[in-house]
Amino acid sequence: MSDRLSGNEAVAYAMKQINPDVMGAFPITPSTEIPEYFAAYVANGEVNTEYVAVESEHSSMSVCIAAQAAGARAVCATSSCGLALMYELLYVAASCRLPITLACVNRALSGPININHDYSDSMGARDSGWIQIYAENNQEAYDNFIMAMPIGETPAVRLPVMTCMDGFITSHAVENIELLETETVRTFVGTYDPENYLLKKENPLAVGPYDISAYYMEHKVQEAEAMKAAKARILEVAAEFEKISGRSYGLFEEYQMDDAELALVLMGSTAGTAKAAVDKLREQGVKAGLVKIRVFRPFPCEELAQVLAGPKAVAVMDKSEGFSANGGPLFAETRSALYDLKDRPYVINIVYGLGGRDAKVEDIEKVFKRLADIVATGETGPVYTHMGQRSKEDMV
Amino acid sequence: MKRVYNLKQEVEKPPRLTGGHRLCAGCGAGVVVAGVLRALNKEDRAVVTNATGCLEVSTFMYPYTAYMDSFIHSAFENSAATCSGVEAAYNALKRRGKVEGTVKFITFGGDGGTYDIGFQSLSGAMERGHDMVYVCYDNEAYMNTGIQRSSSTPRFARTTTSPVGAKNQGKKQEKKDLTDIMVAHNIPYVAQTAPLGNFKDLHTKAYKAIYTEGPCFMNVLSPCPRGWDYPMAKLAEIIKLAVDTCVWPLFEVEEGVWHLSYMPKRKLPVEDFLRPQGRFRHMFEQGNEWMIEAAQAYVDQRWERLLERSGA
Repeated sequence: MSDRLSGNEAVAYAMKQINPDVMGAFPITPSTEIPEYFAAYVANGEVNTEYVAVESEHSSMSVCIAAQAAGARAVCATSSCGLALMYELLYVAASCRLPITLACVNRALSGPININHDYSDSMGARDSGWIQIYAENNQEAYDNFIMAMPIGETPAVRLPVMTCMDGFITSHAVENIELLETETVRTFVGTYDPENYLLKKENPLAVGPYDISAYYMEHKVQEAEAMKAAKARILEVAAEFEKISGRSYGLFEEYQMDDAELALVLMGSTAGTAKAAVDKLREQGVKAGLVKIRVFRPFPCEELAQVLAGPKAVAVMDKSEGFSANGGPLFAETRSALYDLKDRPYVINIVYGLGGRDAKVEDIEKVFKRLADIVATGETGPVYTHMGQRSKEDMV
Repeated sequence: MKRVYNLKQEVEKPPRLTGGHRLCAGCGAGVVVAGVLRALNKEDRAVVTNATGCLEVSTFMYPYTAYMDSFIHSAFENSAATCSGVEAAYNALKRRGKVEGTVKFITFGGDGGTYDIGFQSLSGAMERGHDMVYVCYDNEAYMNTGIQRSSSTPRFARTTTSPVGAKNQGKKQEKKDLTDIMVAHNIPYVAQTAPLGNFKDLHTKAYKAIYTEGPCFMNVLSPCPRGWDYPMAKLAEIIKLAVDTCVWPLFEVEEGVWHLSYMPKRKLPVEDFLRPQGRFRHMFEQGNEWMIEAAQAYVDQRWERLLERSGA
């Protein structure tokens, strides 16, 4: 069925269709509407979820951890500083192997305080042990949320999943969207039946031990193995999802990459803008292409290297600043992925769009122009630059 | 709810906190936890929650747990929210026919996890009205990290972050009155107690807290031989002195009605409680008499107010 929904409403609607056991709810712009929509579903009796309106995001994640450990399916939504406040507990959730689902509506982290989009919030949580899946648009935000539980709850994985969408750009823009029937969603997502849980009568369970050095490392290695196993499961779930939706998903999306000489690697809604730029350049005979990263954790290292073996020059566009003084987080991962290639493309990093700074088709064209110059001259120039700020250091 | 208390009968119940945990000899925490859990009806299950602290690291060191019931620890500052999450899951799963029987939800935090870093989480969980019991085992400082001051540390007490020196002599501020603050949450049951004598007061209050519907709070004095600096065999004696000097009065507030649980036959001077503890040693040095006077005046004022409130 078709409908016109904002990204937030699409995700809230997916939650309603799933009818989770517990929701930890706390508002923060721009994710606020998700718990608001869901509160209305609860008030109208459309779901029978235990809706826990807590006093902070820290408690929201604490409630989710406890509920999931108790044997329930728990969800929450947050943004920016809310995710940062959860930071300690994100690690706890992952290490306890609790497949909580969190809708992250990406927004710049303070400070200075800013309510608009970039990825500094979820990128700060990239090493917390959560699977991270990013959406380009409302449809993907909806679809990713429905795929999250079958991915995270699989015994070989048992990791929490963060489905991310761009604050305001995706969360608040209303788009046409294809919704699945609720029965189809429920069958697809299935029930949550963990082997052990706190409320299991037959077998009490203890969760969250003091783990001394004699055991800690083994547990972390198990967690790392689970993240590796997640990659295959993500693809399996995507294949099953295609059967019910007709929509196909991978670890990333390739756009005009077959013969691309100049390529971008980026995430989220900028991909829409970048596709328009690629189309324009293709009309002019420029062999431009795009890789839109969908799954950032686990990072699709080998798969990405294969695709990027073709182009002569690659620009990785980071919409968050990692302050490594050496480029953003997507760049660090991508360049590392390219290291094992025999013939590596030129690769540069452009940090852009911080705090909601707009990136237009012309901006993306400028990036391709720079890649073309690099190929023509054989000179990369500065590898790590920023784009779109009002200063003479704007290198693009 | 009238029940006849029989210590012998109670201790014959299978323990819910087993021996072999790693708490220090002479520590109040294990006595408090065992005493509270003993109040559970035998047939009822419980899920126990801990804030990070001495208790947690001593009772659940992988791969051993001292708890016979299900248990969860997540972090230092969120044990109330954690307990509320388990309760939320119970309500949801019960509604959906996925869990049977009565399960009770009890969380334990030290004063660090309760008065300070976990205060917001506690206040939130109590306000939301979860059917749970929060038990603070109050040992009046951050003991797990090596005896640092908390907002529960009494005035003048020596800790590693309120040391005794030429300029400053122990903590400068009075102890935060958390029990009062919890009463102000208008929850159905708030109690202040201690593992005193035959544990009747602790047991009775724990039973009420566990079997009163809604959020209940217990503040339980839990001496620490390392932090308070007393010989470990003197645990019971120190508790008795805290109660008989009215430094730690025993009372309960049921649906807003204050009730004094214990009236000392003879109210002892505060210095009787202070003297056996190394953390107050400097108060007995020459020139520091004013400290003992100030401590006495503070206890007297608090005690008078409690008598007034409870109509005793």
